[in-house]
Amino acid sequence: MTSTVVLMLAVFAASAVEMVEALTIVVAAGTTRGWRSAFEGTAVAVVLLGAIVGAVGVPLVHLVPIAVLRVVIGALLLILGLGWLRKAILRSSGHKAMHDEDAIYAKTVAELGLGEGAAPSRRDALGFVVAFKGVFLEGMEVVLIVLSLGSSSHHLGLAAAAAGAAILIVGGIGVLVARQLSEVPENAMKMGVGLMLTSFGVFWAGEGSGVHWPGSDLSILALIAFFAAVTGIAIPLMRRALPGASGSRRVPAARSRLDEAASR
Amino acid sequence: MTATVGRYVAAFGRFWWNFLVGDTPELFVGVLVIVGAALALRHDRVAAVVAVPLLAVAVLAASTYRGRSRV
Repeated sequence: MTSTVVLMLAVFAASAVEMVEALTIVVAAGTTRGWRSAFEGTAVAVVLLGAIVGAVGVPLVHLVPIAVLRVVIGALLLILGLGWLRKAILRSSGHKAMHDEDAIYAKTVAELGLGEGAAPSRRDALGFVVAFKGVFLEGMEVVLIVLSLGSSSHHLGLAAAAAGAAILIVGGIGVLVARQLSEVPENAMKMGVGLMLTSFGVFWAGEGSGVHWPGSDLSILALIAFFAAVTGIAIPLMRRALPGASGSRRVPAARSRLDEAASR
Repeated sequence: MTATVGRYVAAFGRFWWNFLVGDTPELFVGVLVIVGAALALRHDRVAAVVAVPLLAVAVLAASTYRGRSRV
């Protein structure tokens, strides 16, 4: 029960983070090349991603021995989770610039604006391709998370439903706020998902290898708390490793973000 | 036809290489070590329960430190 709730949360949050990135590209394609082609590109990508989940996920659950599946999936989740945590720590400590949805939007609009303009009601190949690619590439990571978490716990349907819910909710909010996607606390969400994926990765890699965790599924919560504490310690330590940093001074990337927010 | 198939296979391989290794090969190697340790320690529950999460922390710390800005 505990692991199912955490699994749903992890899939939902991961899908929401990826959707924000995809939505930025779709909104840019829609406003510059027309909404019809942008929506069509998005729809085709979503259908294709759903087909991949069905085609790969179902045989995976039924044909691969559960222990092997859990070790491989544990490893996959660890690669994803540790990567996201690493990025979130580097961003929070100022070693890496925050993900800037406004910059991505401006860049995509500039690229699309170079092409020939299209009437909003007409089909536009460039708008379709850009929206399709944005949704498909960002969505592939969601597919991998859905397949990994869903198949290892035999809750593929639930995992797919959580991802679908995130896509609908973020999509709906995106339609309402359109260009305010930069307000989404993407780094905090990425950190939360990184914590959950890393904890699931450690848990499944251990379970699949024959390690029995104390408290069974409850140990996932303990692992999340442990990695959260490690992350909390790592961020100030990494701030000190900034070139020219002394003590707990605010860091350049974080400062520019704060100043930018204050000037809005 | 063969060239098209070859292109798709190459693109598929490139996707997985970028996804698994990319610019953080230390994470890939570290995860292999973590899984290896879990398999090696599966008969010693206490050691496995302590070592596997700590190894994950060590991999995270090494990779984060490697990714720090130096300018």
